[in-house]
Amino acid sequence: MALNGNQKIMAYRRENGRVGVRNHVIVLPVDDISNAACEGVANNIKGTMALPHAYGRLQFGEDLDLHFRTMIGTGSNPNVAACIVIGIEPGWTNRIVEGIAKTGKPVAGFSIEQNGDLKTIMDASRKAKEFVHWATELQREECDISELWVSTKCGESDTTTGLGSCPTVGNMYDKLIPEGIYGCFGETSEITGAEHICKARAASPEVGERWYRMWKAYQDDVIEAHKVDDLSESQPTKGNIEGGLTTIEEKALGNLEKIGRECRYIDILEPAEAPKSGPGLYFMDSSSAAAECVTLMAAGGYVIHTFPTGQGNVIGNPIVPVIKITANPRTVRTMSEHVDLDVSGILRREMTIDQAGDALIDMVARTANGRNTAAEALGHREFVMTKLYRSA
Amino acid sequence: MSIPQCLVHEHKDNVGVVVVEGLKAGTDMLCVVTADNSSFHLTAKSDVPIGHKVALADLKAGDTAVKYGEDIGRFVADVEKGGHVHVQNLKTKRW
Repeated sequence: MALNGNQKIMAYRRENGRVGVRNHVIVLPVDDISNAACEGVANNIKGTMALPHAYGRLQFGEDLDLHFRTMIGTGSNPNVAACIVIGIEPGWTNRIVEGIAKTGKPVAGFSIEQNGDLKTIMDASRKAKEFVHWATELQREECDISELWVSTKCGESDTTTGLGSCPTVGNMYDKLIPEGIYGCFGETSEITGAEHICKARAASPEVGERWYRMWKAYQDDVIEAHKVDDLSESQPTKGNIEGGLTTIEEKALGNLEKIGRECRYIDILEPAEAPKSGPGLYFMDSSSAAAECVTLMAAGGYVIHTFPTGQGNVIGNPIVPVIKITANPRTVRTMSEHVDLDVSGILRREMTIDQAGDALIDMVARTANGRNTAAEALGHREFVMTKLYRSA
Repeated sequence: MSIPQCLVHEHKDNVGVVVVEGLKAGTDMLCVVTADNSSFHLTAKSDVPIGHKVALADLKAGDTAVKYGEDIGRFVADVEKGGHVHVQNLKTKRW
Protein backbone atom coordinates (compact mmCIF):
# COMPACT_ATOMS: atom_id res chain seq x y z
CA MET A 1 0.00 0.00 0.00
CA ALA A 2 1.34 3.45 -0.88
CA LEU A 3 1.98 6.05 1.79
CA ASN A 4 -1.41 7.36 2.70
CA GLY A 5 -0.98 10.62 4.57
CA ASN A 6 -3.38 12.33 2.20
CA GLN A 7 -6.01 9.76 3.08
CA LYS A 8 -9.20 11.46 4.17
CA ILE A 9 -11.01 10.82 7.43
CA MET A 10 -14.38 12.09 8.63
CA ALA A 11 -13.89 13.90 11.92
CA TYR A 12 -14.98 16.89 14.01
CA ARG A 13 -13.27 20.22 13.33
CA ARG A 14 -13.18 22.10 16.64
CA GLU A 15 -13.31 25.83 17.28
CA ASN A 16 -9.50 26.05 17.60
CA GLY A 17 -8.89 24.16 14.35
CA ARG A 18 -7.91 20.85 15.98
CA VAL A 19 -9.45 17.60 14.73
CA GLY A 20 -11.39 15.35 17.09
CA VAL A 21 -12.61 11.81 16.38
CA ARG A 22 -15.23 11.56 19.14
CA ASN A 23 -17.93 14.00 20.20
CA HIS A 24 -18.20 13.61 23.95
CA VAL A 25 -20.04 15.91 26.36
CA ILE A 26 -18.17 15.31 29.60
CA VAL A 27 -18.91 16.16 33.22
CA LEU A 28 -15.56 16.77 34.90
CA PRO A 29 -15.10 16.80 38.68
CA VAL A 30 -12.49 19.25 39.97
CA ASP A 31 -12.01 17.03 43.02
CA ASP A 32 -12.88 13.64 44.48
CA ILE A 33 -15.81 14.93 46.54
CA SER A 34 -17.55 16.28 43.42
CA ASN A 35 -17.68 12.86 41.76
CA ALA A 36 -21.18 12.16 43.09
CA ALA A 37 -22.63 15.37 41.65
CA CYS A 38 -20.98 14.70 38.28
CA GLU A 39 -22.37 11.17 38.22
CA GLY A 40 -25.78 12.61 39.11
CA VAL A 41 -25.67 14.89 36.06
CA ALA A 42 -24.51 12.04 33.80
CA ASN A 43 -27.37 9.90 35.14
CA ASN A 44 -29.91 12.64 34.37
CA ILE A 45 -28.72 13.63 30.92
CA LYS A 46 -28.20 10.86 28.41
CA GLY A 47 -25.28 11.42 26.08
CA THR A 48 -23.05 12.86 28.80
CA MET A 49 -20.26 11.07 30.62
CA ALA A 50 -18.86 11.72 34.10
CA LEU A 51 -15.11 11.30 34.64
CA PRO A 52 -14.74 10.47 38.35
CA HIS A 53 -11.24 10.42 39.81
CA ALA A 54 -9.53 10.25 43.18
CA TYR A 55 -7.79 13.62 43.69
CA GLY A 56 -7.95 17.41 43.63
CA ARG A 57 -7.91 18.41 47.28
CA LEU A 58 -5.01 19.98 49.20
CA GLN A 59 -2.53 19.41 46.42
CA PHE A 60 0.20 22.01 46.06
CA GLY A 61 3.22 23.02 43.99
CA GLU A 62 4.20 20.93 40.98
CA ASP A 63 1.63 18.28 41.90
CA LEU A 64 -1.20 20.84 41.84
CA ASP A 65 0.08 22.24 38.53
CA LEU A 66 -0.11 18.73 37.09
CA HIS A 67 -3.66 18.33 38.43
CA PHE A 68 -4.82 21.51 36.70
CA ARG A 69 -2.91 20.63 33.51
CA THR A 70 -4.60 17.22 33.41
CA MET A 71 -8.08 18.63 34.10
CA ILE A 72 -7.79 21.48 31.60
CA GLY A 73 -6.10 19.25 29.03
CA THR A 74 -8.84 16.63 29.31
CA GLY A 75 -11.60 19.21 28.83
CA SER A 76 -9.66 20.81 25.98
CA ASN A 77 -9.10 17.53 24.08
CA PRO A 78 -10.69 17.77 20.60
CA ASN A 79 -12.61 14.54 21.26
CA VAL A 80 -14.65 16.58 23.78
CA ALA A 81 -17.37 18.73 22.19
CA ALA A 82 -18.46 20.48 25.39
CA CYS A 83 -17.68 20.25 29.07
CA ILE A 84 -19.41 20.71 32.43
CA VAL A 85 -17.02 21.28 35.36
CA ILE A 86 -18.16 20.73 38.96
CA GLY A 87 -16.05 21.46 42.06
CA ILE A 88 -16.67 21.88 45.75
CA GLU A 89 -15.90 25.62 45.58
CA PRO A 90 -15.83 28.20 42.75
CA GLY A 91 -12.14 29.23 42.80
CA TRP A 92 -10.44 26.16 41.40
CA THR A 93 -13.59 25.32 39.41
CA ASN A 94 -13.38 28.61 37.51
CA ARG A 95 -9.65 28.20 36.95
CA ILE A 96 -10.37 24.97 35.08
CA VAL A 97 -13.35 26.44 33.21
CA GLU A 98 -11.23 29.39 32.05
CA GLY A 99 -8.46 27.04 30.89
CA ILE A 100 -10.83 24.94 28.81
CA ALA A 101 -12.65 28.04 27.46
CA LYS A 102 -9.45 29.08 25.67
CA THR A 103 -10.21 26.38 23.08
CA GLY A 104 -13.46 28.19 22.23
CA LYS A 105 -15.63 25.18 23.06
CA PRO A 106 -18.74 25.43 25.29
CA VAL A 107 -17.82 24.96 28.96
CA ALA A 108 -19.67 25.83 32.16
CA GLY A 109 -18.68 25.53 35.82
CA PHE A 110 -20.78 24.79 38.91
CA SER A 111 -19.76 24.65 42.56
CA ILE A 112 -21.39 22.83 45.43
CA GLU A 113 -20.80 24.97 48.54
CA GLN A 114 -23.87 27.14 49.37
CA ASN A 115 -25.88 25.08 46.84
CA GLY A 116 -25.64 21.47 47.91
CA ASP A 117 -25.43 18.48 45.59
CA LEU A 118 -29.10 18.57 44.54
CA LYS A 119 -29.28 22.17 43.32
CA THR A 120 -25.85 21.81 41.70
CA ILE A 121 -26.97 18.68 39.88
CA MET A 122 -30.18 20.40 38.73
CA ASP A 123 -28.41 23.53 37.44
CA ALA A 124 -25.60 21.55 35.80
CA SER A 125 -28.08 19.09 34.27
CA ARG A 126 -29.99 21.90 32.53
CA LYS A 127 -26.74 23.21 31.02
CA ALA A 128 -25.56 19.68 30.14
CA LYS A 129 -28.83 19.08 28.27
CA GLU A 130 -28.25 22.24 26.21
CA PHE A 131 -24.74 21.03 25.42
CA VAL A 132 -26.02 17.61 24.32
CA HIS A 133 -28.56 19.16 21.93
CA TRP A 134 -25.84 21.37 20.49
CA ALA A 135 -23.16 18.67 20.24
CA THR A 136 -25.42 16.08 18.65
CA GLU A 137 -26.09 18.42 15.72
CA LEU A 138 -22.38 18.76 14.93
CA GLN A 139 -21.40 16.94 11.72
CA ARG A 140 -18.23 15.08 10.87
CA GLU A 141 -16.35 16.71 8.00
CA GLU A 142 -13.53 15.66 5.71
CA CYS A 143 -10.09 16.05 7.29
CA ASP A 144 -6.64 14.70 6.41
CA ILE A 145 -5.32 11.71 8.36
CA SER A 146 -2.17 13.81 8.80
CA GLU A 147 -4.12 16.13 11.12
CA LEU A 148 -4.43 13.39 13.74
CA TRP A 149 -2.49 13.33 16.99
CA VAL A 150 -1.73 9.65 17.71
CA SER A 151 -0.06 8.50 20.95
CA THR A 152 1.30 5.09 21.94
CA LYS A 153 2.07 3.07 25.03
CA CYS A 154 2.27 -0.71 25.38
CA GLY A 155 1.00 -2.85 28.24
CA GLU A 156 1.15 -6.37 29.61
CA SER A 157 4.02 -6.73 27.21
CA ASP A 158 5.73 -10.01 26.45
CA THR A 159 8.32 -11.13 23.96
CA THR A 160 5.75 -11.02 21.15
CA THR A 161 5.28 -7.27 21.57
CA GLY A 162 8.93 -6.66 20.68
CA LEU A 163 8.63 -9.05 17.73
CA GLY A 164 5.26 -7.94 16.37
CA SER A 165 2.89 -5.38 17.86
CA CYS A 166 5.44 -2.72 18.85
CA PRO A 167 7.24 -2.76 15.47
CA THR A 168 3.76 -2.46 13.89
CA VAL A 169 3.24 0.85 15.72
CA GLY A 170 6.81 1.86 14.79
CA ASN A 171 6.06 1.20 11.13
CA MET A 172 2.90 3.33 11.38
CA TYR A 173 4.93 6.22 12.84
CA ASP A 174 7.65 5.83 10.20
CA LYS A 175 4.93 6.32 7.58
CA LEU A 176 2.67 8.92 9.24
CA ILE A 177 5.13 11.20 11.09
CA PRO A 178 6.65 12.40 7.77
CA GLU A 179 3.08 13.19 6.66
CA GLY A 180 2.66 15.64 9.51
CA ILE A 181 0.93 13.86 12.39
CA TYR A 182 1.84 14.46 16.02
CA GLY A 183 3.11 11.30 17.77
CA CYS A 184 3.88 10.61 21.42
CA PHE A 185 5.59 7.88 23.41
CA GLY A 186 6.62 7.84 27.06
CA GLU A 187 6.93 5.38 29.98
CA THR A 188 10.02 6.85 31.60
CA SER A 189 10.88 3.92 33.92
CA GLU A 190 10.38 1.42 31.15
CA ILE A 191 13.16 2.83 28.98
CA THR A 192 15.64 1.64 31.62
CA GLY A 193 18.04 -0.73 29.92
CA ALA A 194 17.68 0.98 26.55
CA GLU A 195 18.32 4.58 27.65
CA HIS A 196 21.44 4.80 25.46
CA ILE A 197 19.33 3.91 22.42
CA CYS A 198 16.48 6.26 23.35
CA LYS A 199 18.90 9.15 23.94
CA ALA A 200 20.39 8.56 20.48
CA ARG A 201 16.95 8.70 18.83
CA ALA A 202 16.49 12.40 19.66
CA ALA A 203 16.33 14.83 16.75
CA SER A 204 19.38 16.67 18.13
CA PRO A 205 22.06 16.06 20.80
CA GLU A 206 20.52 18.89 22.87
CA VAL A 207 17.11 17.16 22.94
CA GLY A 208 18.83 13.84 23.73
CA GLU A 209 20.65 15.42 26.68
CA ARG A 210 17.40 16.88 28.02
CA TRP A 211 15.76 13.47 27.63
CA TYR A 212 18.62 11.79 29.52
CA ARG A 213 18.46 14.31 32.39
CA MET A 214 14.69 13.73 32.70
CA TRP A 215 15.17 9.93 32.74
CA LYS A 216 18.07 10.12 35.24
CA ALA A 217 16.08 12.43 37.56
CA TYR A 218 13.30 9.84 37.68
CA GLN A 219 15.81 7.07 38.44
CA ASP A 220 17.45 9.06 41.25
CA ASP A 221 14.44 10.86 42.77
CA VAL A 222 11.80 8.12 42.53
CA ILE A 223 13.28 4.65 41.98
CA GLU A 224 16.39 4.99 44.14
CA ALA A 225 14.58 7.04 46.79
CA HIS A 226 11.64 4.66 47.24
CA LYS A 227 12.63 1.15 46.20
CA VAL A 228 12.53 -1.52 48.90
CA ASP A 229 13.54 -4.47 46.70
CA ASP A 230 15.20 -4.93 43.34
CA LEU A 231 11.98 -4.13 41.38
CA SER A 232 12.24 -7.50 39.65
CA GLU A 233 8.50 -8.09 40.05
CA SER A 234 7.41 -4.51 39.21
CA GLN A 235 9.59 -3.96 36.16
CA PRO A 236 9.04 -6.40 34.51
CA THR A 237 5.55 -7.04 35.94
CA LYS A 238 4.29 -10.47 36.92
CA GLY A 239 2.32 -10.51 33.66
CA ASN A 240 5.43 -9.65 31.66
CA ILE A 241 7.30 -12.52 33.34
CA GLU A 242 4.45 -14.95 32.64
CA GLY A 243 4.77 -13.86 29.01
CA GLY A 244 8.48 -14.65 28.90
CA LEU A 245 10.10 -11.26 29.54
CA THR A 246 12.91 -11.74 32.06
CA THR A 247 14.63 -8.38 32.56
CA ILE A 248 13.90 -4.65 32.33
CA GLU A 249 16.55 -4.37 29.59
CA GLU A 250 14.68 -6.90 27.45
CA LYS A 251 11.36 -5.16 28.11
CA ALA A 252 12.81 -1.71 27.30
CA LEU A 253 14.27 -2.85 23.98
CA GLY A 254 10.90 -4.27 22.94
CA ASN A 255 9.12 -1.13 24.10
CA LEU A 256 11.33 1.11 21.96
CA GLU A 257 10.33 -0.82 18.83
CA LYS A 258 7.22 1.44 18.94
CA ILE A 259 9.16 4.39 17.52
CA GLY A 260 10.15 2.56 14.37
CA ARG A 261 13.37 2.83 12.44
CA GLU A 262 13.33 6.41 11.14
CA CYS A 263 11.49 8.61 13.65
CA ARG A 264 13.38 11.07 15.81
CA TYR A 265 11.66 12.71 18.77
CA ILE A 266 11.75 16.48 18.58
CA ASP A 267 10.90 17.52 22.14
CA ILE A 268 10.27 16.33 25.71
CA LEU A 269 6.87 16.94 27.32
CA GLU A 270 6.04 17.25 30.99
CA PRO A 271 3.23 14.92 32.08
CA ALA A 272 -0.04 16.09 30.42
CA GLU A 273 1.74 18.91 28.60
CA ALA A 274 0.54 19.79 25.09
CA PRO A 275 3.26 19.76 22.41
CA LYS A 276 4.40 23.18 21.19
CA SER A 277 7.12 22.44 18.65
CA GLY A 278 4.93 21.53 15.67
CA PRO A 279 4.24 18.15 14.02
CA GLY A 280 6.52 15.24 14.89
CA LEU A 281 7.24 12.68 17.58
CA TYR A 282 7.38 13.68 21.27
CA PHE A 283 8.45 11.91 24.46
CA MET A 284 6.17 12.53 27.45
CA ASP A 285 7.62 11.99 30.93
CA SER A 286 5.05 9.51 32.25
CA SER A 287 4.38 6.43 34.32
CA SER A 288 4.48 3.04 32.62
CA ALA A 289 1.16 2.15 34.26
CA ALA A 290 -1.32 2.06 31.38
CA ALA A 291 -4.23 4.11 32.70
CA GLU A 292 -2.01 6.84 34.14
CA CYS A 293 0.00 7.11 30.95
CA VAL A 294 -2.97 7.18 28.53
CA THR A 295 -4.79 9.73 30.73
CA LEU A 296 -1.72 12.01 30.57
CA MET A 297 -1.36 11.68 26.80
CA ALA A 298 -5.08 12.37 26.31
CA ALA A 299 -4.68 15.50 28.44
CA GLY A 300 -1.76 16.48 26.19
CA GLY A 301 -4.25 16.61 23.30
CA TYR A 302 -3.78 13.23 21.60
CA VAL A 303 -7.03 11.93 20.06
CA ILE A 304 -6.22 8.29 19.21
CA HIS A 305 -4.06 5.89 21.20
CA THR A 306 -2.34 2.82 19.72
CA PHE A 307 -1.73 0.16 22.37
CA PRO A 308 0.37 -2.92 21.65
CA THR A 309 -0.17 -5.74 24.12
CA GLY A 310 1.17 -9.24 24.50
CA GLN A 311 -0.57 -10.89 27.44
CA GLY A 312 -3.71 -8.78 27.02
CA ASN A 313 -3.98 -5.46 28.85
CA VAL A 314 -7.67 -4.47 28.71
CA ILE A 315 -7.33 -0.71 29.32
CA GLY A 316 -9.46 2.00 27.72
CA ASN A 317 -9.94 5.72 28.22
CA PRO A 318 -13.15 7.74 28.56
CA ILE A 319 -12.40 10.26 25.80
CA VAL A 320 -9.73 8.67 23.59
CA PRO A 321 -10.25 5.46 21.60
CA VAL A 322 -7.51 2.97 22.54
CA ILE A 323 -6.65 0.60 19.66
CA LYS A 324 -5.32 -2.78 20.90
CA ILE A 325 -2.79 -4.57 18.75
CA THR A 326 -1.42 -8.00 19.58
CA ALA A 327 0.89 -10.50 17.92
CA ASN A 328 0.38 -13.18 20.57
CA PRO A 329 -1.78 -16.00 19.12
CA ARG A 330 -2.74 -17.22 22.60
CA THR A 331 -4.11 -13.76 23.47
CA VAL A 332 -5.99 -13.66 20.15
CA ARG A 333 -7.44 -17.07 21.01
CA THR A 334 -8.34 -16.42 24.65
CA MET A 335 -9.12 -12.65 24.70
CA SER A 336 -10.35 -11.84 21.21
CA GLU A 337 -12.97 -9.38 22.46
CA HIS A 338 -10.13 -7.04 23.50
CA VAL A 339 -8.19 -7.16 20.23
CA ASP A 340 -8.72 -4.55 17.49
CA LEU A 341 -5.83 -5.64 15.27
CA ASP A 342 -4.42 -9.19 15.16
CA VAL A 343 -0.84 -9.16 13.84
CA SER A 344 0.05 -12.69 15.00
CA GLY A 345 0.75 -13.46 11.33
CA ILE A 346 4.10 -11.72 11.90
CA LEU A 347 5.18 -14.58 14.20
CA ARG A 348 4.14 -17.16 11.58
CA ARG A 349 6.06 -15.17 8.92
CA GLU A 350 2.79 -14.81 7.01
CA MET A 351 2.68 -11.02 7.48
CA THR A 352 5.50 -8.50 7.19
CA ILE A 353 5.98 -5.54 9.56
CA ASP A 354 5.28 -3.30 6.55
CA GLN A 355 1.92 -5.00 5.95
CA ALA A 356 1.09 -4.83 9.66
CA GLY A 357 1.90 -1.10 9.70
CA ASP A 358 -0.46 -0.53 6.77
CA ALA A 359 -3.18 -2.53 8.54
CA LEU A 360 -2.73 -0.34 11.63
CA ILE A 361 -2.95 2.87 9.58
CA ASP A 362 -6.19 1.52 8.14
CA MET A 363 -7.49 0.76 11.65
CA VAL A 364 -6.48 4.25 12.83
CA ALA A 365 -8.47 5.75 9.93
CA ARG A 366 -11.49 3.54 10.62
CA THR A 367 -11.34 4.43 14.31
CA ALA A 368 -11.09 8.12 13.44
CA ASN A 369 -14.15 7.71 11.20
CA GLY A 370 -16.11 6.40 14.15
CA ARG A 371 -15.50 2.65 14.54
CA ASN A 372 -15.73 1.91 18.25
CA THR A 373 -12.66 0.17 19.63
CA ALA A 374 -12.87 -3.02 21.67
CA ALA A 375 -12.23 -0.99 24.83
CA GLU A 376 -15.04 1.45 23.96
CA ALA A 377 -17.48 -1.37 23.24
CA LEU A 378 -16.58 -3.07 26.52
CA GLY A 379 -16.98 0.15 28.50
CA HIS A 380 -13.37 0.63 29.58
CA ARG A 381 -13.10 4.22 30.77
CA GLU A 382 -10.04 4.23 33.00
CA PHE A 383 -9.33 7.84 33.98
CA VAL A 384 -6.40 7.94 36.39
CA MET A 385 -4.69 11.09 37.57
CA THR A 386 -0.93 11.00 38.16
CA LYS A 387 -0.04 12.13 41.68
CA LEU A 388 3.53 13.31 42.29
CA TYR A 389 3.51 13.31 46.11
CA ARG A 390 1.29 13.27 49.22
CA SER A 391 -1.19 16.13 49.59
CA ALA A 392 -0.87 18.78 52.29
CA MET B 1 8.18 -20.84 4.36
CA SER B 2 7.06 -23.28 7.05
CA ILE B 3 5.77 -21.77 10.28
CA PRO B 4 8.75 -21.33 12.65
CA GLN B 5 8.64 -22.42 16.28
CA CYS B 6 11.33 -19.93 17.32
CA LEU B 7 12.21 -16.37 16.27
CA VAL B 8 15.57 -14.66 16.80
CA HIS B 9 15.93 -10.88 16.33
CA GLU B 10 19.61 -10.56 15.33
CA HIS B 11 22.48 -12.87 14.40
CA LYS B 12 24.42 -11.62 17.46
CA ASP B 13 21.69 -12.89 19.79
CA ASN B 14 22.33 -15.91 22.02
CA VAL B 15 18.65 -16.36 22.95
CA GLY B 16 15.56 -16.85 20.80
CA VAL B 17 11.80 -16.70 21.47
CA VAL B 18 9.38 -19.65 21.22
CA VAL B 19 6.37 -18.36 19.24
CA VAL B 20 4.05 -21.39 19.26
CA GLU B 21 1.88 -22.81 22.03
CA GLY B 22 2.57 -26.15 23.69
CA LEU B 23 6.18 -26.66 22.54
CA LYS B 24 7.48 -30.00 23.85
CA ALA B 25 11.00 -31.06 24.83
CA GLY B 26 12.76 -32.76 21.94
CA THR B 27 11.02 -30.71 19.23
CA ASP B 28 13.25 -29.96 16.26
CA MET B 29 12.51 -26.22 16.01
CA LEU B 30 12.70 -24.17 12.82
CA CYS B 31 14.33 -20.91 13.99
CA VAL B 32 14.10 -17.75 11.85
CA VAL B 33 16.31 -14.68 12.30
CA THR B 34 13.91 -11.79 11.68
CA ALA B 35 16.71 -9.40 10.63
CA ASP B 36 17.18 -11.23 7.31
CA ASN B 37 14.75 -14.19 7.34
CA SER B 38 17.64 -16.70 7.43
CA SER B 39 16.90 -19.91 9.32
CA PHE B 40 18.45 -22.78 11.26
CA HIS B 41 17.30 -25.73 13.36
CA LEU B 42 17.58 -26.23 17.11
CA THR B 43 16.30 -28.99 19.41
CA ALA B 44 14.30 -27.81 22.44
CA LYS B 45 15.64 -29.37 25.66
CA SER B 46 12.48 -28.78 27.72
CA ASP B 47 8.81 -27.87 27.37
CA VAL B 48 8.80 -24.11 26.74
CA PRO B 49 5.68 -21.89 26.97
CA ILE B 50 4.89 -19.49 24.13
CA GLY B 51 6.87 -16.26 24.47
CA HIS B 52 9.60 -17.77 26.61
CA LYS B 53 13.23 -17.89 25.53
CA VAL B 54 15.64 -20.69 24.65
CA ALA B 55 19.45 -20.62 24.64
CA LEU B 56 21.00 -20.74 21.17
CA ALA B 57 24.35 -21.99 22.56
CA ASP B 58 25.72 -23.55 25.75
CA LEU B 59 25.87 -20.58 28.13
CA LYS B 60 27.59 -20.21 31.52
CA ALA B 61 26.75 -18.28 34.68
CA GLY B 62 28.31 -14.84 34.28
CA ASP B 63 27.76 -14.70 30.51
CA THR B 64 25.81 -11.78 29.06
CA ALA B 65 22.49 -12.54 27.39
CA VAL B 66 22.12 -10.85 24.00
CA LYS B 67 18.78 -10.13 22.32
CA TYR B 68 17.98 -7.40 19.73
CA GLY B 69 21.79 -7.44 19.41
CA GLU B 70 21.90 -5.78 22.87
CA ASP B 71 22.78 -6.71 26.45
CA ILE B 72 19.61 -7.85 28.27
CA GLY B 73 21.21 -9.15 31.48
CA ARG B 74 23.56 -11.67 33.07
CA PHE B 75 23.16 -15.44 33.33
CA VAL B 76 23.15 -16.53 36.98
CA ALA B 77 23.14 -20.27 36.19
CA ASP B 78 24.44 -22.42 33.34
CA VAL B 79 22.00 -23.26 30.56
CA GLU B 80 22.55 -25.73 27.75
CA LYS B 81 21.84 -25.09 24.06
CA GLY B 82 18.08 -25.44 23.52
CA GLY B 83 17.36 -24.98 27.25
CA HIS B 84 14.70 -22.70 28.76
CA VAL B 85 16.01 -19.20 29.62
CA HIS B 86 14.06 -17.18 32.17
CA VAL B 87 14.14 -15.83 35.73
CA GLN B 88 15.71 -19.07 37.02
CA ASN B 89 18.94 -18.45 35.10
CA LEU B 90 18.91 -14.83 33.83
CA LYS B 91 18.88 -11.58 35.82
CA THR B 92 18.94 -7.86 35.05
CA LYS B 93 22.14 -5.88 35.54
CA ARG B 94 20.05 -2.82 36.54
CA TRP B 95 18.23 -3.65 39.75
